[in-house]
Amino acid sequence: MLHTVNKSPFETHSLETCLGLAKPGSDILLIEDGVYAATAGTTVSAMVEQTIESSSVYALAPDLKARGIDPDQVIAGIQLVGYDGFVKLSVMNETVQCWL
Amino acid sequence: MKFSIMVNEGPYTHQASDTAFNFTKAALEAGHEIFRIFFYHDGVNNGTRMTIPPQDDRHVVNRWSELAEQHGLDMVVCVAAAQRRGILDADEAKRNGKDGDNIAPGFRISGLGQLIEAGIQADRLLVFGD
Amino acid sequence: MLRVKKFMYVNRHAPHGTIYALEGLEVVLIGAAFDQDVSMAFIGDGVFQLKKGQDTTDSDIKNFSPTYRALGDYDVTQLYVERESLEERGLAIGDLMDLTWEDEEDDWAEKPSIRVVNRQELSDLLETQDVILNF
Repeated sequence: MLHTVNKSPFETHSLETCLGLAKPGSDILLIEDGVYAATAGTTVSAMVEQTIESSSVYALAPDLKARGIDPDQVIAGIQLVGYDGFVKLSVMNETVQCWL
Repeated sequence: MKFSIMVNEGPYTHQASDTAFNFTKAALEAGHEIFRIFFYHDGVNNGTRMTIPPQDDRHVVNRWSELAEQHGLDMVVCVAAAQRRGILDADEAKRNGKDGDNIAPGFRISGLGQLIEAGIQADRLLVFGD
Repeated sequence: MLRVKKFMYVNRHAPHGTIYALEGLEVVLIGAAFDQDVSMAFIGDGVFQLKKGQDTTDSDIKNFSPTYRALGDYDVTQLYVERESLEERGLAIGDLMDLTWEDEEDDWAEKPSIRVVNRQELSDLLETQDVILNF
């Protein structure tokens, strides 16, 4: 299943709720303010790094760029995708759960 | 593959409509079909032709209208959500005794059943909102 | 003829503060006419939607909480509430509305619609859905 998270993890529990319910092997895509969770060295980095061990974590590159987050500030193992990649992830997974 | 898209926030306040637009465009460019785009909650505000954004900003409403025209998209604004927020087409305005309508080109007003049908008919349904 | 799809309505917002719960419920009621396999999940602040004793008279906003009682009549009989979300908020099932449905195949016996499930069970349920709508 593809999970999208669009909230900053410093403001809401959306990411935590998503990671609590997503099965190992899921695709998790951070979009909009959700991309702040992709930054290394934050209070949620450990949670994200742990997720990378069992699931695939992606971040929407245009949203990172818009927020001034350089790819080298992103947690190792997070894959950057464009909107075309977002579409591909939606095709690859049979269901999409958007944690609004 | 056949996609349906749900947009739950209005233009500018939230990025949801922009993300939905960019996703839709990318899906069309990849050769996929968009079965329907359904606007709900404050998302119905994407369907008013009365917005006047500053000239140096994107025109969220016109962008949807143009994409719909180019690709023959079915863009549906939920009638119940639209009435609450003052989005009307000519028929709804007349029926409710209002002095004007404001629906933008390419949008049509219909019921929630259109959303359920979009979920049934499409291979994937994506929700963009707050 | 398309096969019946499994629709899950995921509710994660508290009622009243925003319109998501109310308009989400409207989707569920309309969707009931389409004869799909429907369930609802209440996660996080969504569990507050089912709290007993909601009274909006003094705030002059619409009290739609009685509408949840109608769900059974619309054949929406599977309401999954996440146990962890209840506990985090100091709630137990006794704090929630007593929602029931009548089982036609069991001599119209009245049965509870709310099922408290843990995070793992809810995770399994999510995985089996075809369409997930979030409110």
